[in-house]
Amino acid sequence: MLTLDKLHIVQGEFSLTADLSVPTGARIAVMGPSGAGKSTLFSTIAGFIRPTAGRILWNETDLTRMAPGDRPLSILFQDQNLFPHLSVVQNLGLGIDPKLRLSRADHARITQALARTGLQGLEDRKPAALSGGQQSRVALARALLRARPLLLLDEPFAALGPALKAEMLVLVAEIAAEQGTTILMVSHDPDDARSLCPDTILVADGKTLPPQPTESLLNNPPEALKAYLGP
Amino acid sequence: MKKTLMLAGLLAASPALADEKPVLTVYAPEYFTSEWGPGPAIEKGFEAVCACDLQFVAGDVLPRVLLEGDKTEADVVIGLNTDVLARARATGLFAPHNEDTSALTLPIAWNDDTFLPFNWSETAFIYDKTKLANPPASFQELLDAPDDAYKIAIQDPRSSISGLALLLWVKSVYGDKAGEAWAKLAPKILTVTPGWSEAYGLFTDGEADMVLSFTTSPAYHIIAEEDDTKVAAIFPEGHYFMTEVAAQMKTTDTPELAQSFMDYILSEAFQGMIAMANWSYPAVIKEGFLPEGFAALPRPEKTFFYTEDEAEALRVPALAEWEAALAH
Amino acid sequence: MGSGARALIWPALAAALVAALVLVPLGAVTIRAGGFGGLRGGDLSALWFTLWQAAVSAMLSCLLALPVARALFRRRFAGRGPLISLLGAPFILPTVVAVMGLIAVFGRRGMVNAALGGFGLPEFSIYGAHGVIVAHVFFNLPLATRMVLHGWQSIPSERLRLAASLDFGPHEIQRHLEWPMLRSVLPGAFLAIFLVCLTSFAVALILGGGPGATTVEVAIYQAFRFDFDLGRAASLALVQVAICVAALTLTARITRGESFGAGLDRPLATPLGQGALLRMQDGLAILLATAFLLLPIGAIVVRGLPALADLPPSIWAATRISLTLATVSTLLTLALALPLALAAPRRRWAETAAMLPMAASALVIGTGLFLIARAFVNPTSLTLPVTLIANATLSLPFAVRILLPEVRTLQNDYDRLAASLGLSGFARLRYLTLPRLARPLGFSTGIAAAFSMGDLGVITLFSDGRTQTLPLALFQLMGAYRMDQAAAAACLLMALTFALFWACDRIGHHADPR
Repeated sequence: MLTLDKLHIVQGEFSLTADLSVPTGARIAVMGPSGAGKSTLFSTIAGFIRPTAGRILWNETDLTRMAPGDRPLSILFQDQNLFPHLSVVQNLGLGIDPKLRLSRADHARITQALARTGLQGLEDRKPAALSGGQQSRVALARALLRARPLLLLDEPFAALGPALKAEMLVLVAEIAAEQGTTILMVSHDPDDARSLCPDTILVADGKTLPPQPTESLLNNPPEALKAYLGP
Repeated sequence: MKKTLMLAGLLAASPALADEKPVLTVYAPEYFTSEWGPGPAIEKGFEAVCACDLQFVAGDVLPRVLLEGDKTEADVVIGLNTDVLARARATGLFAPHNEDTSALTLPIAWNDDTFLPFNWSETAFIYDKTKLANPPASFQELLDAPDDAYKIAIQDPRSSISGLALLLWVKSVYGDKAGEAWAKLAPKILTVTPGWSEAYGLFTDGEADMVLSFTTSPAYHIIAEEDDTKVAAIFPEGHYFMTEVAAQMKTTDTPELAQSFMDYILSEAFQGMIAMANWSYPAVIKEGFLPEGFAALPRPEKTFFYTEDEAEALRVPALAEWEAALAH
Repeated sequence: MGSGARALIWPALAAALVAALVLVPLGAVTIRAGGFGGLRGGDLSALWFTLWQAAVSAMLSCLLALPVARALFRRRFAGRGPLISLLGAPFILPTVVAVMGLIAVFGRRGMVNAALGGFGLPEFSIYGAHGVIVAHVFFNLPLATRMVLHGWQSIPSERLRLAASLDFGPHEIQRHLEWPMLRSVLPGAFLAIFLVCLTSFAVALILGGGPGATTVEVAIYQAFRFDFDLGRAASLALVQVAICVAALTLTARITRGESFGAGLDRPLATPLGQGALLRMQDGLAILLATAFLLLPIGAIVVRGLPALADLPPSIWAATRISLTLATVSTLLTLALALPLALAAPRRRWAETAAMLPMAASALVIGTGLFLIARAFVNPTSLTLPVTLIANATLSLPFAVRILLPEVRTLQNDYDRLAASLGLSGFARLRYLTLPRLARPLGFSTGIAAAFSMGDLGVITLFSDGRTQTLPLALFQLMGAYRMDQAAAAACLLMALTFALFWACDRIGHHADPR
């Protein structure tokens, strides 16, 4: 279970509070107007921003002062999820061991992850030689290999076409189901949220509301969300 | 880092192998100890007669002695110029040379009992007689020549001994009118270089028509290059005396050895090789000390020299005149 | 970020070492002098000349670098790579050698005046304040060009493609891509050059034409050698350090750490700036820069080559010593530069420490070290270590300057990803830092090696009269009337310096996984 305990994030004029918990294995969409602080919230959970007050807990463990790499989570950013100078295998290997000391078994796992994400035969390519969809798959395959219980998706598929994006979301859902992963996903598209996430966290007006059923939220959106979703 | 220091230490340590002979440490200018300077010949010659190990330490001689004070490693220093003698003497670190100065054959009288000259020359402007049709016949002619008649490279009196000697030369010839002389000379000065080498390089490359150097400079070209086109303009007003001196330290732990080195300086072996090794006149000229081309060099009729107290008193005001005339 | 404090140990050590090397000798000189000495009227005008010539030289170098770097970035032609390397040459030339070359081109008997004379035009004189500036631009235009070119290359090709797809004209590209990049690169380049020119010594003396062109460094030399006034020398050295710190602070306010976001290292498919006019403009820029930078070098070769065979055998021993010194001191430079550069974007003190040696007067450092060393050992036994450390310290600012913009980009683009994967310590160095910095590392290694090659054994006080380096041999040849052999030694020195630089730069390019 992820708990945001009286969390308060202040960055200059910007301020955001969060006091909620997310049960293990849940798939949660995070919605809200642009600039409301969705990415800031993710950066805080991932450990790039230190909160002004409050704590972040995974089950009983306090993550608040933990180094980003030590937290029980993986995060996929909007871009820059891969190191362009490293091959696909190396990029994936970093998910197993940041020192890239890979055993035979590790290589087998990488091969498996590549197969699982439909990337067979691309082992030695550099990211520049991959399509956008393939790059997203590599990033996802790395998350798969890291097998952390929490996955934060900060719109990693925003640049993909609708069909590709839908495909990726299905892949995410499958992997999450296999590993029992808890998912938080920033989303701008109500359909994405509906298809993948039974519950949604709304971030607006400096507040983070606890998860509520996606369907009813989207059918009866509060003012802040209504303006954002449009007619 | 440790490794690099160790490596450096190894490199540094290798020449200093155990040697039973007594060591005579001689501070000398950087030019002195190169294979093109007089150092190697002096080292060889002295070691042949002293049963000792002569070790040169090359660098800024007086600054180093001043910084080290009475803890200096030096037994003897060689290659000091007359411009620094007042300051050197003031340290009280130098012992009398105990030599007979009447043996010296200098164009001026020298009876200093501490600093012993071992070579000398005079300031002069050098030109190429195949390139300069109307060389100045006198200092006055040089000053009165049109601004574009000659371009001269001189040395900075603040960083070069020959540059300072030029200040004193102008002062000797023109006295209170030195400022006016400089004003006349200024337009003909191509540039002012930090040291003698850079200026002389400008001259040999043809960039400068004339260069401030020494009356003995043509000897190098005549003897080493068989080129008699480079000549010194000899002025009837006179030329300024320049000498390099040696002295022994009061603080030496081998006074006898130091004294025998001072003796060696006036020996025939030492004086006889100065002309060719240093391209200047030996302090003692005897038959056969000067090669043919050297002996035939034209000599000025008059040689100026300020005592060290006079020179020290003139230094700062003369520099101010120079700066005023040249700072356009 | 628990490893944060541990990661600062190396840069803190390096900074402490550098600060100690610069400030402790200054302190030793001051103590020996019994306090700081008063300045003279002439020192103020020296200060004024120093400041304005450095500012003008830096400004001109940066301005002229713009069209040259842009042309080199936009155009692809046979021999472009070697030309870029070659254009870097003047920056690493030993001063005296470079001045010889400049005079051969711009002097009274030089090609320029021969051409002017041929057209019946009046003679151009290289001697005077403007000559000092021409020489400084000659030395530093390569540095500025390389720094700006690196800046251009750091704009991801994706951004340029986007610009092309939006049909940006040159003006839009300038506004949205080039200007932000320049704002991050130019202040650093200006600062580096300003500081190089601040401590100008031989150039100011040879080409300055007279006492009107006296720099603070010359005044320090004068105070030390002519007056033996250590107090005044210390005061002047302190003034230099103060200017350096002020310039650093000022630049920090102007510099914007601009990042374009990471690209995917795609090669640039279609060069930008098509069109005949732009082509001509770029062609002209490259041609003029090549002529300005390479003619003097050619002149040195022509002058030196004939006597190359006459060089005495001892030259080769000197060459060996110079090469060894250069190698070791370059390794030292890197060991100091990398931790400082990596810490500098977040820790101002790291950058300040790295820049301090720029303002340091070699003479004062040498004297101070001598005073300190003498308390423990015979300084002559320290000739090599001191030369090594001094050379490494003096080339440190350049290495850090070159690395810094790329370190900023690296950290902006990949810090989060690396942190989220737990990539740290040696693994981060090996898989992220070194590969992404290969190019600037190669370049700065080359600069450091070249600097210690051309260095005049910084400190004559430590000389033992045996350790003859190539530059020292060059000076001794000149001092012994052997101008032809000196020219040959200069030619040899230049060729070796450049070969070292070129090799390091190439290795950097080669190791770059892009």
